[in-house]
Amino acid sequence: MSEAPRACAAADMRIDQFQFVSLVETLDISAAAISCRARIPDDHSIFGGHFPGHPIMPGVLLTELMAQTCGFLLLSLNGFAKMPFLASLKEVKLRDFVGPGTELVCESNRVHEGSGYAVLEAKVRRPCDTKLVCTGTLMFRIVPFPNAELNQHMQARAQEVGLLIQQGNVILSGAKTI
Amino acid sequence: MSSTFETIAGLISEICDIPRETIKPELHVTEDLGVDSLDFLDAVFNIEQKFGISIPLDEWTQQVNDGAVKGSRYFVLQNFCAEVDKLRASADSVPAA
Repeated sequence: MSEAPRACAAADMRIDQFQFVSLVETLDISAAAISCRARIPDDHSIFGGHFPGHPIMPGVLLTELMAQTCGFLLLSLNGFAKMPFLASLKEVKLRDFVGPGTELVCESNRVHEGSGYAVLEAKVRRPCDTKLVCTGTLMFRIVPFPNAELNQHMQARAQEVGLLIQQGNVILSGAKTI
Repeated sequence: MSSTFETIAGLISEICDIPRETIKPELHVTEDLGVDSLDFLDAVFNIEQKFGISIPLDEWTQQVNDGAVKGSRYFVLQNFCAEVDKLRASADSVPAA
C-alpha cells in the first residue's frame, strides 16, 4: 500500500525530549519504505559547545534521526506490536555540515527482514536538494514491548508525527491511499 | 566437515574476531566460543544473506527458553549447520514463481 506524500512544514525537532522526527511524510508498507521530516531548531544550548562560532548539528544526533525514522518504519510494518531497538550501525557517513534552522528529510527502507531483527538503510538530505547530508545502514532488534507504558508512549508519538493506527494497520493520518 | 560449516566458521571468525582454528563443529556458539548475542545476530544476518535463507531465530530461542529443547539442539555449530542445510534444501525446493 502506497500513500500520497503530503505537503508539510516540519516543526522543530525536540532535542531535549530526544524526539527528532517531526512528521512522517510518506509511508509505503508494501515497499517497506518511509520518509520523515525534521527541522533543526534555530537555537539550542548544544550549539554553544558544538561548536563555538560554527554551530553544526552533531553527527550522533543526525544518526539518531536516521534511527528514529527507521524505528517508525519498523513500528508501522508490525502495527506497533513490537518495539525496535537500535542494535548496531553498519556504516554511517556524515557527508555535510547542517546548522541551526535547517529543514531535513530522512528516508529509510528495510533491506533485510530477519527473525527478531531487521536491517535498514537510511539517508538524510535537505528537502529540495539531492545532495546527501548523511547515510547509514542500521540493524535493529525487534522485541515485544517491555511494558504497556512504552507501547502507549510510542502510539502517542505516532499520532504526533502523523500516523494513524487502525486495527493493526498503520497509515498516514488524513492521507489518501493511492 | 561440510562446506556449510567451513563457510559459517569463516563468517563467525571474521565477524566475531575469533581465530578460525579455534572454531570446531562440537562447540556451542555462545557457551564455548563466547559469541555475544549481537555478534551472533550479525553472523546470522550474514549467513542468511550468503545462503538466501531465513533462520527462525526467534522460534528457536523461544523453544530453548520454554525448555522444549536444549540450547545445544540449535546452537552447537554442527547442529546449527545441519539446520542451515535443511533451510537451504527447503529454499531450493521452492519452485520459481
